[in-house]
Amino acid sequence: MSQNFRIAFRFLTAKKRAMVMSLSCIILGVGLFIVTQAATSGFQEFFIKVILGTNGAILIQDKLQATMRSIEVSGYNSGVEIRQKEGQKYIEGIEYPALLTAGVKSFHNVKGVSAVLRGTVVMRSSFREQSAQAYGIVIEDHLSVSDLASQIVQGSLEDFKVQEGGALIGRVIADKLQLDPGDSFEIENKGEIHHFKVSGIYQTGVGDIDSVRVYIQMDQARALFKKPTGATYLQVSLFDRNRALEDAAEMSTSLAHKADAWQEREKSWLGVFRAFRVATAITVSVFTLIAGLAMFNTLAMIVLEKTKEIAILRSMGYTRQDISRIFLWQAVIVLAIGSAIGCGIGALITYGISQYPLPITGIFTTHKFLVQWSKWHYLEAVVTAVLMVMAASLIPSRRAARLEPGDIIRGTAQ
Amino acid sequence: MANEPKIALRCDKLHRYLGQAEGRVHVLRGVSFEAQAGSVYAIVGPSGCGKSTLLYLLGLLDQPDGGEIWINGRLMSNSEDSVRTAARGEHIGFVFQFHFLMLEFTAMENVMMPMRKLGKLSPIQMEERATQLLDSVGLVDKRHRLGTHLSGGEQQRVAIARALANQPTIILADEPTGNLDVKNAAIVFDLLTSLAKDNGQAVVLVTHNPDIAHRCDFTRPMRDGLFV
Repeated sequence: MSQNFRIAFRFLTAKKRAMVMSLSCIILGVGLFIVTQAATSGFQEFFIKVILGTNGAILIQDKLQATMRSIEVSGYNSGVEIRQKEGQKYIEGIEYPALLTAGVKSFHNVKGVSAVLRGTVVMRSSFREQSAQAYGIVIEDHLSVSDLASQIVQGSLEDFKVQEGGALIGRVIADKLQLDPGDSFEIENKGEIHHFKVSGIYQTGVGDIDSVRVYIQMDQARALFKKPTGATYLQVSLFDRNRALEDAAEMSTSLAHKADAWQEREKSWLGVFRAFRVATAITVSVFTLIAGLAMFNTLAMIVLEKTKEIAILRSMGYTRQDISRIFLWQAVIVLAIGSAIGCGIGALITYGISQYPLPITGIFTTHKFLVQWSKWHYLEAVVTAVLMVMAASLIPSRRAARLEPGDIIRGTAQ
Repeated sequence: MANEPKIALRCDKLHRYLGQAEGRVHVLRGVSFEAQAGSVYAIVGPSGCGKSTLLYLLGLLDQPDGGEIWINGRLMSNSEDSVRTAARGEHIGFVFQFHFLMLEFTAMENVMMPMRKLGKLSPIQMEERATQLLDSVGLVDKRHRLGTHLSGGEQQRVAIARALANQPTIILADEPTGNLDVKNAAIVFDLLTSLAKDNGQAVVLVTHNPDIAHRCDFTRPMRDGLFV
């Protein structure tokens, strides 16, 4: 143990009130930082998990074709020309899904690809009918790009795989049409009626999905929509979801199809979450600033109270650097203890609020307050505390080092 | 030559001003002084004559506005702070009027503090030397007591032991008995002078006490910033 550390520790433990005051500032700062981070990012993280689990990280749809700049009418040098604005033309849907899937899979970040054939239909049970969106999927492919397996709340995915005319319907549709697993219903498209049986009921928690989406097997969808080839879009899952924007841009360029990353698709909701986080960050910053000022005040008071000791140490051969280090060590000791306790308290409060009942439906479904457990929150909180303490302790410690022992003993130290 | 007393401390034409602007006072007006190893010097004089200011300058706790200070033959008055700090740790021991113990530490820890900074002895040797010094000032039984649990006289005896810890060549004492009763003042003075003489150290003390001054080897009266 260094002598400077030994002196710092003894100074600190002898001034219990000042130590408690400094510790409180750090504990509150670290704890509050962790709790707000966990609380604000909890909802956003859950929302992202839900949208990735239902719509995938990237959707590839609509072929891109460069538009012609001009067409000359009635042969060369006729003098008649049809001009068109520069740009790109979108050709709806995917013409060759198997070829495009192979191209998408060549990207190393791609985890899975599922071709989807979608169309608007009317669903009818013996009680009532409603419009819906039928999604034709190859279930094995779709399970690799979604959380459908874990979203089944009634019935069985195995039945869907083996049952001719099986369908997976959303929780809200099932309630509206009063359908249970095993019940039959009709799907009508352009006057033609097809019969299906409920294999399972899923619940994503997203109202817009659970109230309209019905999954049927791809060959059934082709028969229903009379599309023997092609697909509406490809749903893509990624190993690293945060690379979705870059991957989508590369896919658009190299595959000549419009590719939308989840960050683009959900821009508005993510913007809301970001605004919420910024507002909370401002509150925490203000509190951190106040805590930092309180800490600065406490350390400055300790320096004032310890001028006599500074003079004694300087008279015994302790350098200005030693004096500065003694006061910085005090800050480091308070920082270490305060950060450890702050992290503990932050974790406890985070657990406490995660148990708080808070029913939300629509954007997603939850029954409790959502929190995110991340080691990065703790690391960021400690780094913030380090910066705060260093800023708060630097001036008092340098001031202590600058004091002239002669002035202190004479009683004229400034 | 071998028996010629060694000059431990010397100053020449020291000047020091204190205060600023209209309040600026010429406290030391060209003071010259020297102290030999093994001798005890008393600087006496009325309050405000510059005794303590001279002592802090000699102890390198303050810097002169003019003149020179030599410690063991080395010019120190214009040296850098780090050099003066190192010289304080190695060559000078201080005893102040108000004890100036580190009250959060035990008597033993207070005595070991200069040794730990100098770093010449091993931890065991430091403990042995601190114990021996506290024994010589009669406080070995109270070595584990905090400074707050010692009387004024005891604190001053610990301060003497601490001043002697690194075996400095010069002991500077500012009113070492000024805050003590007659009995304790006599004990502290006897301890200081006998221990210093045993080790061949130069002792320079500032005092108002005429009895103490008369018992020193040399007395240097001061008035208005000069020796008279």
